[in-house]
Amino acid sequence: MSEKIIQNEPVIIIKNLYKSFGTLDVLKGVDLTINKGENVAILGKSGTGKSVLIKILVGLLKPDKGSVIVLDQNIAKLNEKELNALRIQVGFSFQNSALYDSMSIRQNMEFPLIMNNKNLSKTEVAKAVHEVLEAVGLKDKMNEMPGDLSGGQRKRIGIARTLILRPKIMLYDEPTAGLDPITCTEINNLINQVQETYNTTSIIITHDLSCARETGDRVAMLLDGKFAKIGSFDEVFKTDNEQIQNFYKYNFIQ
Amino acid sequence: MLSKALDTYFIGIENSYQFVKQYFKQAFVPPFHFQEIIHQCYEIGIKSLSLISLTGFIIGLVFTKQSRPPLEDFGATSWLPSLMGIAIVKALGPLVTALICAGKVGSGIGAELGSMRVTEQIDAMEVSAINPFKYLVATRVTAAVITIPILSFYCIVVGLLGSYVNIHKEEATSFIAFFKSSFSTISFLDLYTSITKSIFYGFTIGMIGCYKGFNASQGTRGVGKAANQAVVTAMFLIFIEEVIIVQVANWIRYY
Ligand SMILES: Nc1ncnc2c1ncn2[C@@H]1O[C@H](COP(=O)(O)OP(=O)(O)OP(=O)(O)O)[C@@H](O)[C@H]1O
Ligand SMILES: [Mg+2]
Repeated sequence: MSEKIIQNEPVIIIKNLYKSFGTLDVLKGVDLTINKGENVAILGKSGTGKSVLIKILVGLLKPDKGSVIVLDQNIAKLNEKELNALRIQVGFSFQNSALYDSMSIRQNMEFPLIMNNKNLSKTEVAKAVHEVLEAVGLKDKMNEMPGDLSGGQRKRIGIARTLILRPKIMLYDEPTAGLDPITCTEINNLINQVQETYNTTSIIITHDLSCARETGDRVAMLLDGKFAKIGSFDEVFKTDNEQIQNFYKYNFIQ
Repeated sequence: MLSKALDTYFIGIENSYQFVKQYFKQAFVPPFHFQEIIHQCYEIGIKSLSLISLTGFIIGLVFTKQSRPPLEDFGATSWLPSLMGIAIVKALGPLVTALICAGKVGSGIGAELGSMRVTEQIDAMEVSAINPFKYLVATRVTAAVITIPILSFYCIVVGLLGSYVNIHKEEATSFIAFFKSSFSTISFLDLYTSITKSIFYGFTIGMIGCYKGFNASQGTRGVGKAANQAVVTAMFLIFIEEVIIVQVANWIRYY
């Protein structure tokens, strides 16, 4: 992983971000800059606000304070049209896949594509669908319904659905949660392969250390609403911060 | 800020007002999802057609049967067709249709959108630059506004048919004579009121189902709650609308 050359060209800049729900303070001053072509793994315990953070990046949630700049645009200052134009360039793979369960796998793929490009021909659409399903290795599931797939397959279909819009940035919310080690490795490889083929910048949210190590050029550790440490995998865990050490210890014991 | 319950009550009213406003802002500007609207019309029709057929027919039949003895006492059974015409066209047809649709269609929409909300499918649409309000809510409400008046009309026809079956059995009245006399006391204003009522009912059913579903929370429990509340609230509002519209129609009649 470390041979990869990452340009010093920031595509995501998060500054001093705050977010709370009622009396619950979730994010308390998050800072993070991500460069083009970089994979950043965000680690953190359940409920620390990892999902909230990436939802803010695509404007699904509004921050209380702080600024978010994605692809040179300040999220807070965009109107609906501009925000949609930006959202097309950002792929969001949901924690629970969020497949449209009234549609077949094929329709799941076609839907975002057709809704955003009204004048694509049928063959162009079919070709795009084939390509992304090929990329995730699930071409044979094309005509099935999401309910008939396993968890790992749903994850991969969810990733394929976001790839179809050719995003510049990929956000993965716990891509390996609840999967067996072999499927985890497959998904990790898929994430790296997506990065290479489509030259995306990615955020991978996870609490699985092997996933973070395999996919992340850098690792960021979210503790108490802030990034306690950002750096390479080894840098982050070579620390005397007890909470980070515990995170490491328990992850590999289980 | 009297109390927390009162607060949430008024916030609820404000939110539903915004939701309705949003519909009028989005339903009439392109892009229109015509295919989806037609699909939803079909869904609404299919879901409730059999129940409306059965209920409409039986109500027509039974209502006629039971109204006969008191009229017979006065030797006024020849009034039966026009009496049934008034009852079915002006009141029963639209109301029965609306209540059936509130149960079948409203709860269906509430559950469907509710589960899409809690499984983040609505968020997924939003992040792929698809307007979920327009695609999910506007199409369903429009479909309900189109379909429920048609179903009401259908219910009226089936109800009168039920009534005719009973009258034909007892009096051997011809089909044409029956319809002539049942519509003799129905004015255009009556028909117009019935259609207007149905449009309001359709709007209410679609809107409440979508509002409850779209704002569902708390996981799968929220889905059941959304479906349930959609039915209860829609039925409640339908009765209130019934009273108001009949009242307004009466004012129009006398001025
Ligand atoms: N829409 C919301 N309304 C209220 N509270 C919320 C909302 N979204 C998240 N929260 C709260 O914010 C906190 C952080 O949630 P989040 O989903 O970001 O956790 P997470 O780090 O992704 O955890 P996990 O690893 O379990 O997915 C939680 O305590 C959650 O209850
Ligand atoms: Mg999460």
